[in-house]
Amino acid sequence: MLAATTGLLAIRTTRNPMSVDKDTVNKIAKLSRIAISDEEAEKMVGELNGILAWVEQLGEVDCSGVEPMTAVIPNHLRLRDDVVTDGDVRERVLANAPAREGSFFGVPKVIE
Amino acid sequence: MSEYRIQGITGEWEVVIGLEVHAQVTSNAKLFSGASAAYGGEPNSHVSLVDAAMPGMLPVPNRECIRQAVRTGMAINAQINKWSRFDRKNYFYADLPQGYQISQLYHPIVGEGEIEVILDEKDANSPRKTIGIERIHVEQDAGKLMHDQHPTMSYVDLNRSGVALMEIVSRPDMRSPAEAGAYVKKLRSILRYVGSCDGNMEEGSMRADVNVSVRKPGEEFGTRTETKNVNSIRFVMQAIEVEARRQVDLIEDGGTVVQETRLFDPNKLETRSMRSKEDAHDYRYFPDPDLLPLELDDAFLEECRASLPELPDAKRARYEAMGLTAYNAAVLTAEAETAFWFEDLLAERVDPKQGSNWLLSELFGALNRLGKSLEESPVNPKQAAELLGLVADGTISGSISKQVFEIMLETGQGAAAIVEEKGLKQTSDTGAIEAEIAKIIAANEDKVAEYRSGKDKLFGFFVGQTMKAMGGKANPGVVNELLKKALDQ
Repeated sequence: MLAATTGLLAIRTTRNPMSVDKDTVNKIAKLSRIAISDEEAEKMVGELNGILAWVEQLGEVDCSGVEPMTAVIPNHLRLRDDVVTDGDVRERVLANAPAREGSFFGVPKVIE
Repeated sequence: MSEYRIQGITGEWEVVIGLEVHAQVTSNAKLFSGASAAYGGEPNSHVSLVDAAMPGMLPVPNRECIRQAVRTGMAINAQINKWSRFDRKNYFYADLPQGYQISQLYHPIVGEGEIEVILDEKDANSPRKTIGIERIHVEQDAGKLMHDQHPTMSYVDLNRSGVALMEIVSRPDMRSPAEAGAYVKKLRSILRYVGSCDGNMEEGSMRADVNVSVRKPGEEFGTRTETKNVNSIRFVMQAIEVEARRQVDLIEDGGTVVQETRLFDPNKLETRSMRSKEDAHDYRYFPDPDLLPLELDDAFLEECRASLPELPDAKRARYEAMGLTAYNAAVLTAEAETAFWFEDLLAERVDPKQGSNWLLSELFGALNRLGKSLEESPVNPKQAAELLGLVADGTISGSISKQVFEIMLETGQGAAAIVEEKGLKQTSDTGAIEAEIAKIIAANEDKVAEYRSGKDKLFGFFVGQTMKAMGGKANPGVVNELLKKALDQ
């Protein structure tokens, strides 16, 4: 749900602050390929608005001129050497596939 | 070159083109995992649990992919951002197991740069144009879908999933299919020189998203469409031509161009709408919480810069300064392989003019005949240098060198050995040459008379006859001198 909620945060800045309506919930659900019923959408409006209101409290802190913090302790992104150290684990990769066709994942046809 | 215009019923239209080129970074491993980035391989074998987006897997960037993007940026004189960041581009599709692509939207690694294109590189006076580059960012490739193997299912192969791509975004600076073609060609040449992408469009190492709009000259930009995944220079040019035509016809028919994603069909020579879903472009980008910002230090940047080779423009200028024709300099530098071959030839102390003429006419001619590429050339630069050295020091004549070259191509023997074995050494033996000249003069009295009465052009005939009689082995300078003496007395 992280992607979905962060999506809401992005929307919040362009729409009315701090609230989502049922249409927005339905749109996010559709983008996230999550099927929700009408009642669930209704319920989500309340829940998500609760979360947003909670996050909105951060707005009370004046952080102008403060660099965004990317790590709790000083830390740098580590890089890897360009060496093949992984792969060749097809059976493990395919182990949880809902459908498998030979060496491929099988998915419902996605072409029109 | 006159400006490219599309004739409509309401007058002339101008096309405005911007390109997003996706170039696969040359690397052993993928952008964020240790799986092989090699092309091909059994389905789903070049896949780690990171690439399959299993829960708990974390991406760790491959230093080489970052380095190649930086070097590419430097090669187009672009601003390099010492601080950049990865973002998630969210969408659902069966070829993207993560549900998002790791890309760089807000803070790309490479900022603004530019490249200069020559519309016709074989013409020294051809117009040149600078095309702006907005940015280069690095991102993951997606997997491959196959739709024709099963009636109701698509098959997914994740071997490409997570391979590093550079997305090179141009400014909307191009105004004709030819300019767009020249841009892709030049970009590919630079990538190959730098070694950051093999530029192989057939294997999909390079593909372009083509943004096209039309307008009446001087007016504001029109609405653009984006034709996705065009995989050859010819197709890029064709896609622009047909898409611009479609837009002009549509507007003149009273319609409006819709901003949308389209697909180019090279068989039908048309573009078609790909997706029209309203939500298609709602990617909900946000910074990837799995990755810290990417910070580059000075030592890293210095190494990137120091490891750049001489680039095509600089090389071409240097070759021209060496005395090569503009045409030769342009053709030698357009493709990295040709330039590197020529450099090897120069390293063998071959005269640049002699070497370039020989490479472009004799070697390219022979490779053309044999249907081989330069990499497959049966003769290497060292062997070529041996042959050219024999011409330069007068051991064999230019015409004999062609004969020797043919034998080299067939047998793989060295030039000196062939000359020795077949007795092809050039002779400056004046006695032998004079004897042949005397015979030719005796046999062609009528022509001698014509020559002496002022028909100078016949001199060439006598040279030809003498060379033929000498089996091509006579020193041409000596033949000229002796003929003049014999005929002018």
